Amino acid sequence: MADLTIDFAGIKAPNPFWLASAPPTNTGDQVMRAFDAGWGGAVWKTLGDPIVDTSSRFGAISVGNERMVGFNNIELITDRPLEVNLREIRECKKRYPKHALIVSLMVESKEDWRDIIRRVEDTGADGIELNFGCPHGMCERGMGSAVGQEPDVLKVVAGWAVEFSKLPVLVKLTPNVGDITDPGVAAVEAGVHGLSLINTIKSLTGVDLDRMVPHPVVGSRSTNGGYCGPAVKPIALHMVAALASDPRVTVPISGIGGISNWRDAAEFIALGSTSVQVCTAVMHYGFRIVGDMIEGLSDFLDEKGMKSVNELRGKALEAFTDWGNLDLNYKVAANVDPGKCIGCDLCLVACRDSSVNCIHTDGHPLPAGHRAPTREAAIARAKETGIKVTWVDWDECTGCNLCSHVCPVPGCITMVDDTRGKPFESWNDRLTKGTANVPGGLHD
Amino acid sequence: MNPAPPPFPEDRLERKLADAKPLYAPAEAVVEANRCLYCHDAPCVAACPTGIDVPTFIRRIGTDNVRGAAKTILSANVLGFSCARVCPVEVLCAGACVYNAWHRDPPIAIGRLQRYATEDLVRSGRAASLLSRAPANGKRVACVGAGPASLACAAYLALEGFGVTIYEKRPFAGGLNTSGVAPYKMPADDALAEVAFVRSLGVEIRTGVAVAPGPTSESLLREFDAVFLAPGLGADSSLGVPGEDGPGVIGAVEWIERMKTGAEAFVAGVQRAVVVGGGNTAIDAARELAGLGVPSVSMLYRRTTAEMSGYAHEMEHARLEGVVLVERAVPERFERNGKGELTGVQLKNGDMVRCDLAVVAIGQARIAELAKAFPGVKLDARGSLVADAKTGATGHPRVFAGGDAMHGGELVVTAVQDGKRAARGICAALKIGIRNDSPLRAGHE
Repeated sequence: MADLTIDFAGIKAPNPFWLASAPPTNTGDQVMRAFDAGWGGAVWKTLGDPIVDTSSRFGAISVGNERMVGFNNIELITDRPLEVNLREIRECKKRYPKHALIVSLMVESKEDWRDIIRRVEDTGADGIELNFGCPHGMCERGMGSAVGQEPDVLKVVAGWAVEFSKLPVLVKLTPNVGDITDPGVAAVEAGVHGLSLINTIKSLTGVDLDRMVPHPVVGSRSTNGGYCGPAVKPIALHMVAALASDPRVTVPISGIGGISNWRDAAEFIALGSTSVQVCTAVMHYGFRIVGDMIEGLSDFLDEKGMKSVNELRGKALEAFTDWGNLDLNYKVAANVDPGKCIGCDLCLVACRDSSVNCIHTDGHPLPAGHRAPTREAAIARAKETGIKVTWVDWDECTGCNLCSHVCPVPGCITMVDDTRGKPFESWNDRLTKGTANVPGGLHD
Repeated sequence: MNPAPPPFPEDRLERKLADAKPLYAPAEAVVEANRCLYCHDAPCVAACPTGIDVPTFIRRIGTDNVRGAAKTILSANVLGFSCARVCPVEVLCAGACVYNAWHRDPPIAIGRLQRYATEDLVRSGRAASLLSRAPANGKRVACVGAGPASLACAAYLALEGFGVTIYEKRPFAGGLNTSGVAPYKMPADDALAEVAFVRSLGVEIRTGVAVAPGPTSESLLREFDAVFLAPGLGADSSLGVPGEDGPGVIGAVEWIERMKTGAEAFVAGVQRAVVVGGGNTAIDAARELAGLGVPSVSMLYRRTTAEMSGYAHEMEHARLEGVVLVERAVPERFERNGKGELTGVQLKNGDMVRCDLAVVAIGQARIAELAKAFPGVKLDARGSLVADAKTGATGHPRVFAGGDAMHGGELVVTAVQDGKRAARGICAALKIGIRNDSPLRAGHE
C-alpha cells in the first residue's frame, strides 16, 4: 500500500484528506468522529467573535436526478463561545496527536489577531488558516473576502499573523477575484507557509417563484451566498493549477472545491495540491466517504507504481499550458461502437444542431473519398435489430468530442487518433513562422 | 366541470381489485421523467399508434410543466388518459424504449407518466382548456357508438368547430373503456371522467338511442353532414357445445361488464372457475377471477402458450396471481348435475376439468345489421366494416367508419387513431380546412 502521509509546511498528517473549515468541523465531537472515520486532518470552523446565523441558510441545485450538484450557504463563522471551541480543540489534539488540526481564524484588528493566535497556540493545534475567503455576511463587516480581494490589505493582515504566530500560517483564498495569482502571490510575499483554495464563489442559487424570494429564503428576503460542491471543481482545479505552476508560489497548496471522491482528490494533487479539503460531500453523505477516498487513492498509486502520494503531486502540471502551445495538427475523430449504440441518437442531434453534422444513421450517403470506418457495421446492426445505430463521417468530423459527452452509454463513443503523421505545430509556432493569420487556411 | 357521479353501484365487484400501477406522486414522476434520455427521432413515438411526442411530454413533466405535458399528449391522442391506463406499453412505446437495448435500466414507465400528466386535469374537468378550438363551422356530424373510436372522432371534430352528436344504444358511454377494461388498469369511473372531458369539448352524447336500418339511419343521413360508424362488436361468441346454455356458463365480455358495472356476476361461493380462450380478454377474466378471490382459476386454451394471442407479459402476471393455463384443451361439453348446476368441462382429449363457473372468451360477433342501413357501406368476409385505413372513408361519400367494427378486437389506442383519421377524412370530405395549430395535426398521419 502506497504511503499516504504528507508534510504540509511542517504539519504532518496520516493522509491528505482534510475536512475544510465548515459546518462538519464545528465541534470537537464532529472532528473526533471524523478522525475515527479516517480523515487525516481538519480545519476547525472559523473562530472569531461569535455570530448569529439565519434560518434557513443553505441552498442547492439539483440537475436531473442528481441532488446537490451545487451547494450554497450564507452561514457565518462559529456561533459558539471562543472558550468552548479552544477547550475542545485542546482536547481533540490531545486525543489525536497524529492528526493535522488547523484552526481557521477571522478577526478584525491587529490586536485581535495577536490575541486569538496566542490563545490558539496554547491549545496545541498544528497550524492556523486565515479565512480571507468567505464571500457572504462577514465581508460586509470588512473581513473574509473583503480582505482576500485586496492583495495589499491581505498582505498586511497576513503579515501580522506571520509575525505573531509560531505555528504554520495558511491563507484561504477567495476565488471572487480576476486573477487568483494576485492574492496568492501577495500572501506568499507576506511570508505565509501555505495556501488553501478555493473558498466559496459568490452566488445566488435560485428563486422561489411563488414567493419571489431568492434561495435560501430567510423570511421574506435572501442574500448572496458562497457556492461550492461538485459543480465548482473545474474552477477550483484551474485556480490551483494557476498557482501551482506560478514560480512565485513557493509554498504548499491545500486544494479545495467540489472534491467528493479519491479521483477528484487525485486530480487536485496531480495539479499541485499537497493536501485536499472536503466539505460539501461530507455534508451530503457524512464522514464515512473517506474510506473510499483512502482506499481508492492508495490503490491508484499502487497501480501507477508510485510509492507515495508525494510522487503524484504536480504530475499533470507540465501538460497544463497556454492555448498557444497546443498542437494544431493533432486530430481525433469520433467512433461510435455499433455494438454499444442504443439508438437514442443524441449524438446525431447534437452534432447536427451544434457542430458539423457528421453523424448519420442507416444508408445516409457517404461522399466519395470520405472515410466512415463503422458505417457498414452500423447499417448491419440497424438492419438486424431495428436500432437506429449512428456512424461518423471521419472526413467531416472535427474531433470536437461533443458527441462523446452527450452519449449516455459509457464507452460507446470514443475519440480515435486521426492525426495521420502530421508534425506538431502550435499557434505560437505559426506566429514564429509568420503563418498564423488563418490557421489551416490561406497562409498554411 | 366535474364528471357526473358514476351511475354504477358503489359496492360493485370491480372496486375490490386494486390499482396495479397507482398514480405517481409528483416527486416519483419527476425522478422517472428525469431518467428519459430525450432521444432524437425517438422510437417510442414511432411505436405509438397515435404518435404522441413522448420525449417532449416527459421532459415537460421533468420541469414541472404538467399542463404542457398533458397538452402534448391530448393533442396527439385526445383519449390519452385512458390510453395511459390501458395501453399494452410493453409492446408499444415502452417496448421500443432505447433502454431495452442497453440492458442497464428498465424502460421508461411511459404509461404511468402519461397517467400522471393527464389524470388530475381530466378528472377535475380542466383538460378542455388545454386544446385550441375553432369557431363553429356550421357542419354537423353523427357518431354511432360511444366507444373510444367515436369519442376520439367526435372530440377532434368538436375542436374543429363541428356540431357533433354521439348515439349510443347502451345506457352509458365509453364503450369497452367503461365496461371492459380490467379494473386494476382503469375502473369505470375514470372511463366516465374521460367521457365527461369529451362532453366538455362540446360533444353531445345521447345514450339509450339505437341506430338501426330504416327511419333512424335515414334521418341521420338527412340531418347530418357526415356519419361516423364505430359500433364496436356484438355479443360474446359461444362454443356451441352441449350444456353451454344454462347457469354457470357466461360470455367473458358480458361477465366483465357485470363485474364492472354492478350487475350480478355469479362469483359468490365459486370454488373453481375456468376461462375458455387464449386472448387478452381471457387473460383479463382469469386475472379478475383470481383477484376477486376464486380459489382455483384455470384457462383452457385449444393450442399452446406460444400460439396465444394474449400478451406474454399479461400471461406472466396471470401465472404469478395463481392462474393455471391448460394447453391443448378443447371443450367438448359442459357437465351439469341433476339440479342443472355446472360441475365441469369435458375436454376432447378425455380429461374432465371440474368447475362451478365457466367464462367463455373466444371472441365477439360482428355487427352486420348496421352496415346494411347505409347504402354503399360494405362488410368484408368476416363481417367487418370496410373503410379506408387513412381516412375512414366507406363506399358512401358521407359515411366513415373505424374502431373494432372495422378491425375486429383491437386496442383502444388503435380505435383513437381510427377516430382521428376519420375526423381528418371528414374535414377533407366536407372541405373544412384543418387549422395550423389544430390538435388534429399532431401525431402520426
